[in-house]
Amino acid sequence: MKSSVITFPGSNCDRDIDVALKKFGFKNKMVWHADVELPKSDLVVLPGGFSYGDYLRCGSMAAKTKIMQSVINFAKGGGLVLGICNGFQILVETGLVPGVLLRNKYLEFICKNVFVKINNKQNTYFKSLEKDVLEFHIAHNEGNYFCTKDQLKEIEENDQVALYYCNQNGDTAEQYNPNGSIKNIAGIFNKEKNIFGLMPHPERMIDKSLSGEDGSLFFKNLINNLK
Amino acid sequence: MIVNEQVAIDHGLKKDEYKKICQLLKRTPNITELGIFSAMWNEHCSYKSSKIHLKKLPTKGKRVIQGPGENAGVIDIDDDDAIVFKIESHNHPSFIEPYQGAATGVGGIMRDVFTMGARPIANLNSIHFGSPQHKKTKNLLRGVVHGIGGYGNCMGVPTIAGQTSFDSSYNGNILVNAMTLGLVKKNKIFYSKAAGLNKPVIYVGSKTGRDGIHGASMASANFDEKIEEKKPTVQVGDPFTEKLLLEACLELMTGDSIIAIQDMGAAGLTSSSIEMASKGNLGIEINLNNVPCREANMTPYEIMLSESQERMLIVLENGKEELAKKIFDKWNLDFAVIGKTTNSKKIELFFNNNQVASIPINTLVENSPMYERKWKKTKMPIRNKFKKEVFKNLKIVDVLNKILANPNICSKEWIWQQYDHTVMGDTIQKPGGDAGVVRIHGTNKAIATSVDSSAVYCWAHPLTGGKQIVCESWRNLISVGATPIALTNCLNFGSPENENNMGEFVECLQGIAEASEYLKYPIVSGNVSFYNQTKDDGIKPTPTIGGVGLIKNYSKMITMEFKEVNNLVLVIGKTEGNIDQSIFARYILDKKNGPPPEINFFNEKNIGETLLKLIENDLIKSAHDVSLGGLLTAISKMCIKANKGINLKKPKLLIHELEYFFSEDQGRYIIEVHPNNIKTVKNILDESAVHYDELGTINNSNELYFSDKIKVTIDELKSSNTNWLKDYMNK
Repeated sequence: MKSSVITFPGSNCDRDIDVALKKFGFKNKMVWHADVELPKSDLVVLPGGFSYGDYLRCGSMAAKTKIMQSVINFAKGGGLVLGICNGFQILVETGLVPGVLLRNKYLEFICKNVFVKINNKQNTYFKSLEKDVLEFHIAHNEGNYFCTKDQLKEIEENDQVALYYCNQNGDTAEQYNPNGSIKNIAGIFNKEKNIFGLMPHPERMIDKSLSGEDGSLFFKNLINNLK
Repeated sequence: MIVNEQVAIDHGLKKDEYKKICQLLKRTPNITELGIFSAMWNEHCSYKSSKIHLKKLPTKGKRVIQGPGENAGVIDIDDDDAIVFKIESHNHPSFIEPYQGAATGVGGIMRDVFTMGARPIANLNSIHFGSPQHKKTKNLLRGVVHGIGGYGNCMGVPTIAGQTSFDSSYNGNILVNAMTLGLVKKNKIFYSKAAGLNKPVIYVGSKTGRDGIHGASMASANFDEKIEEKKPTVQVGDPFTEKLLLEACLELMTGDSIIAIQDMGAAGLTSSSIEMASKGNLGIEINLNNVPCREANMTPYEIMLSESQERMLIVLENGKEELAKKIFDKWNLDFAVIGKTTNSKKIELFFNNNQVASIPINTLVENSPMYERKWKKTKMPIRNKFKKEVFKNLKIVDVLNKILANPNICSKEWIWQQYDHTVMGDTIQKPGGDAGVVRIHGTNKAIATSVDSSAVYCWAHPLTGGKQIVCESWRNLISVGATPIALTNCLNFGSPENENNMGEFVECLQGIAEASEYLKYPIVSGNVSFYNQTKDDGIKPTPTIGGVGLIKNYSKMITMEFKEVNNLVLVIGKTEGNIDQSIFARYILDKKNGPPPEINFFNEKNIGETLLKLIENDLIKSAHDVSLGGLLTAISKMCIKANKGINLKKPKLLIHELEYFFSEDQGRYIIEVHPNNIKTVKNILDESAVHYDELGTINNSNELYFSDKIKVTIDELKSSNTNWLKDYMNK
C-alpha cells in the first residue's frame, strides 16, 4: 500500500506519521507543499503541526496551496484522505468535511490521553476494528469542533460522525469532552466516508513505551482494509 | 548624537568603564561604537562579575565533547551520537511581558542548540513566581506558561520536564529559565569559530526590526517603578519562522558549506559577529545596507543592537553562496551576504559608503572589564530545637493533606498539560515524574533530564544549597534508571554589587563545584543572570541545575508509580529527622530559620550508585527520590500516580513520627521490590553499606494506612495534590 504525507511549512508531526505508516506496512512518500503532482497513493495524510504558523486561521493558508488542489481532486475521486489535528483543520478549511474548529473552550492548549468512541464502522478506516472505544492522545489549541444546527442534522443523518470523546467505557457525557466540541465530536467524515479528519493523534500511540498502543490497532486495521 | 560620559552612563556603563573605552580607542567613540561597547560590556554578555568565579567549575569528563564557551555544551552518548544542551534565563523580559518574554526565551535556547547542528529533541523549563497572593502572580504565571507552550508547541519539540515554585522574593522579579537538548552526530557538530580570510558572512532568518534594542542591557540592571517603560526592549517571538530556520539550517548543515555559525541572541548582530571573529582571531567587515530590515530608515546603531529573533550569522566557504541561498529560498527565509572576514582584527561597519564604526575586537572581548566583587560569607544557621509540645496538636493526615496541596509541592499538571510533551513520538516518561525521558530515535537508548533548584536551602546556607541542587539533580536521573553524565546551570541571583548577593553567588557556586567534582558530574554549559532585583530587594539565590543522563537500554527505565500489590517498599538512605527548612517546618510550624539539610557526598554517591546497580539487575519495580516534603509526601505521590494504597509499618523510632515522615534529609530514595527479590536486594544494600528501612507493603484497598494514626484514601490525597493549582488559576 502506498501513502503520501504532505509537509507544509510549519508541519511538525510529519515525521511521526511517516514512522507510524512505515511501521504498519505502508510505503510512504513525503510530499513537499510546493509540489503540484501527488504521487500515486492509496492514502494521503495531512499531518499535525502549525502550517504557515496558523497565523491567519488554523489551516487556512495550507488549504490554498497548489498541492492541496491535487489532494482535493484525489479526494473527490474517492481517494482516502486522512487529516490529523492541523490536517483536520486544513480539511475543514478546504470544505472537504463540514464544520469549523474553534479555540478550546478553556482557551488553553491541551496535551493528554483521551478516550474516543467509534461511531461508525461502515468505512475503510474502522471496518472490522474489534474495539469500540480507543485511547488516543490529543495535543491542540483549536480542536473545539463546531457547526450549524442544519449542518449537524445533516452530519448525523448521513452518519458522518467518526469519533466522540468519551470515558473508557464509552460514555459520551459532557464531562469527558476536553475542548468543548459540539456533541463531543472528535472526528468527522465526508458523506462518502473516504475523507476523515480527527483531532487526536493515533500516530503517538503506536508503541507500548509511548502513551499507549491503540494507534497501532487503528493503522493495522486500516492497512488490512486497504489490501 | 554627541557621546559623552552622561550618554555612556545612560547606556548602563560606569564612569570608569567609559574612561577605559576612550583609552582603548585613543579617542571618543561615536554613538554606534558606544552602543556596541555597552552591549558587549554589560553583565549579561561579559560575565564581568562572575568570570573569575566560573573558572572554578569542573567542566571536563570522559564524555564531555564541548564544555562552556560555545553556544551549548556537548556530551558523548556512544555510537557517534552526541547531546547538545544548555539552559538560559529570560527573567527580566518575562516579568515585563510574560508571553513574549517566555516565548523568546524558549526560542533563544533552541537556537543555541540547533546552531551547533543538533535537532532539538526535548525542552524543559524552571519557572519561579511571587507569592500566590501577590496581585501579579496569576497573570504572570498564565502568560509565561502560554508563552512557553506557544513557542515550543509550534516548533514541534516536546516539553518533557520542568519545575515551578512560588516565593514572595520573586514578587518583583520572576524567573524563567528554559533548557533544550538536541541530538547530533559527533562528526557533524558546528562551532562558532570563524576561520579563513575573505570568507562571506551571511545573514539568514527574519528581518531586523527595532524590537529588543538593548535587551541585554536591560537584563543587566535592577528594576524600578519605571520598568513598564522598558516594554519595547522585549523581543517578539515568531516560532513559525524559527521552525523554518531550524529546518533550513539543518539542511544546509548536511553539506560542508559552513565554516562557523552563531545565532543572534543577546546583543544581536553585535555579539554574534564579534564572537565569531574573536574566536577565529580575525577581523570582520559588515555593510549594514545589506542587512535585511523590517522597518525603514533604521540607523547603524539600531541595526547593530536590535534583538529581533530568529536570525543567524554564518561564515560560509567561498563559492557556496548560491547553494546556501537556494536552501533558504526554499524555506522562504531572508538570505543576504552582509560582509566578509578580514585580517584587520577589527569590527568595521559601513553604512551608505561611510565607515560608521571601527573597533579592535580584543578591546571588546579580552579587554572587557572583570571585577572581583566584594562578597560576604553566610554563617551556618543554628539548628532549631523543637519541643514535643509543638507536634502535639498535629494530626499526620491533616499535615499530609496540607503539604500535598502546598503550592510548591502540588501537582503542576495544569502547567504541563499545556505543553505538547509527546510530539516526535519518543517521549517515554512524561512530566510529573522525577525526570523526563525521550528515546534516541530508532535506538534502544534514551536520555533522561530534569531541572532542579532549591532557593530556600540556598538562601539559608548557600554553600550547602549549592551542593544540594547538584545532588538532587543527580538523584532525579538515577531514580529513572539513568546514569548522570553532565549538567548545565542557570545562576539566578540579585545584584553582584551587593556583597550579600555576591556572597550567595560565590558560595552557591562553590557548593555546585564541590558536588559536581565529587560526583564526576561536570558542568558543560550555563548562564548567569544577576540583577534579579527590584530596588533593594533581591530574589532568594536560585541557581538551577539542568541534568542529563543516559539510559543504555530503555526497557530498564524506572517510573515512580507503585506497580504491584504485595510488593515491598523500602527507603534507602538514612532518615535523621532534620526538619529545619523543610516544607513542614516552614509551612506547618511557620519556622523559617535554621540550616538546610546536610549533604554527605560519600553517602550520596554510594547510595545512588547502589540503586543504579539494583536497577541494572532488574530488582527494582519503582523508585522515587525523597525531596521536598519528605518521606510521606514521596510515598503519597507514588500512591497517587498508581492509584494504589500502602500499609506502612511502624518504624523503629528514635525521633518523632512527624520528624520521620516530613524531614527532608538528603540522599534518600523510596524503592519498590518484589518479595522474591527482597533477600537479594537487602544483601546488595548490606554489602554496599547502604542504610535502609522497610516502610511497608502495597495494598489493594486504595488506602494509605499507618497503625491507628493514618487511614486515608488515595483519592483524597489525590484531590489535595491536584486541586490547588487548577482552583487557583480558574478562580
